[in-house]
Amino acid sequence: MLAFSYVVAPHAETALSLVCGGSNATFIAGGTDILQLLQEGVIAPPSLIDINALPFSGVQTEQGEARIGALTRLSDVADDPGIRQRFPLLVQALQETASPQVRNMATVGGNLLQRTRCLYFRDATVPCNKRQPGSGCPAWDGLNRINAIFGGSDRCIAANPGDMAVALLALDADLLVQNVEGERRMRLADLYRMPDENPQHETTLASGELITAVLLPSNEAAGHSYYLKVRDRASFEWALVSVAAALEMDGTRVHRARIVAGGVGTKPWRLMRVEEALQGRPLTPDLARQAGNRAGDGAAPRAGNAFKVPMLQRAVERALLTAGGIA
Amino acid sequence: MDSQGPLPSTPASRFDIGLIVNGTSHRLAVDARTTLLDALRDRLHLTGTKRGCDLGQCGACTVLLEGRRINACLTLAVMVHGRAITTIEGIATDGELHPMQTAFVQHDAFQCGYCTPGQIMSAIGLLNESRTTDEATIREHMSGNICRCGAYTNIVAAVRDAAARGS
Repeated sequence: MLAFSYVVAPHAETALSLVCGGSNATFIAGGTDILQLLQEGVIAPPSLIDINALPFSGVQTEQGEARIGALTRLSDVADDPGIRQRFPLLVQALQETASPQVRNMATVGGNLLQRTRCLYFRDATVPCNKRQPGSGCPAWDGLNRINAIFGGSDRCIAANPGDMAVALLALDADLLVQNVEGERRMRLADLYRMPDENPQHETTLASGELITAVLLPSNEAAGHSYYLKVRDRASFEWALVSVAAALEMDGTRVHRARIVAGGVGTKPWRLMRVEEALQGRPLTPDLARQAGNRAGDGAAPRAGNAFKVPMLQRAVERALLTAGGIA
Repeated sequence: MDSQGPLPSTPASRFDIGLIVNGTSHRLAVDARTTLLDALRDRLHLTGTKRGCDLGQCGACTVLLEGRRINACLTLAVMVHGRAITTIEGIATDGELHPMQTAFVQHDAFQCGYCTPGQIMSAIGLLNESRTTDEATIREHMSGNICRCGAYTNIVAAVRDAAARGS
């Protein structure tokens, strides 16, 4: 770990001014990903700005739009009675995230910005276009079992590893973001960038911008939602494939569906073809199977991860059956 | 600086911090890079807390921060300045084992013992969280602690037993 300086920011203004302007300083909150990246030499920021003292903790769910402060710990979100009642999909995703210790530390904002688990990104001794632009992508023809089948470019096929972001996208979340000029609201769907030519640019946040809250609109999907995570072991493991299914039902008919996949895309991947196949139709085992089959549309797997296509198709089918209560 | 005093208001690389470990206040000078695990083991010589992976993936370094279980290897010491930490050395009282320690002994919930301090601290943290303590919940909520010897069956039995006795 290379030396860095550290300071606790007492106010948001201080934190934002220390990080903006090309200082390469990095915010730290829970630290669960930053410490791993520092220990393995993947990042070497000159300065860490501790934002834990900022007033962005806590959950408000009384009515209408729910608000989750970006510094709220994952365990506190998952255990919140209002979140459990109104957004069980989010609770399921969080309960399957990391370990209890990590969930006690990790924050909502930091979790949205966690870095990929691509083996080559995490190994500072090998090339990686995301870590060292222009150095190459050993994952393209290498060990790419955990890499993305959607959204990759010849520069990068690193998968976004998140669970919470997948559930939040299915719940149509927005974000509040602060910078030195003030606050702005954005769609979570607009947070992540495709790798294209510049995989080092992962989000649309500018340097010195800070996520301060997640906003969740009211929805009618609470009774018909499900988060399915498929992984190499039963717990404490990243998803090979995950599916967040949020169904708003009109009797037996699907009124509106938001279906998002994790572990398969360079960002949390909305499955529009699946949603279209469900729209307005009675949910039956046959429809779940047909809609699931559409989940592989547009996939571009590599040698080591072609198994993810049928795995995703069947995971979508099973998530739909479970969310619809017909499993 | 006392253990509750403020840190410098501008970025620095060295700090005089206070840690309250097992009820005792300690003052120590640390580099910004010093993890809580390093501070406990190498500076305060509390070597019960174990270093496994240094990446938050094994749970051997589990300690309680104000009653909540965390990975000491993923925590910078300076970030817990002035706060209360409990380690495996701090749970026995007056020479009497903590009920969770007793349960681990009674159920032979270890082989080599390296992961055991982390397992016990994690199990105490689990019971602090007031969850149900059926076997499936215990298995899921102890999954942040890896045991290479595979003593899981007896670990689960020990945690269930301690929970039933109101540990």
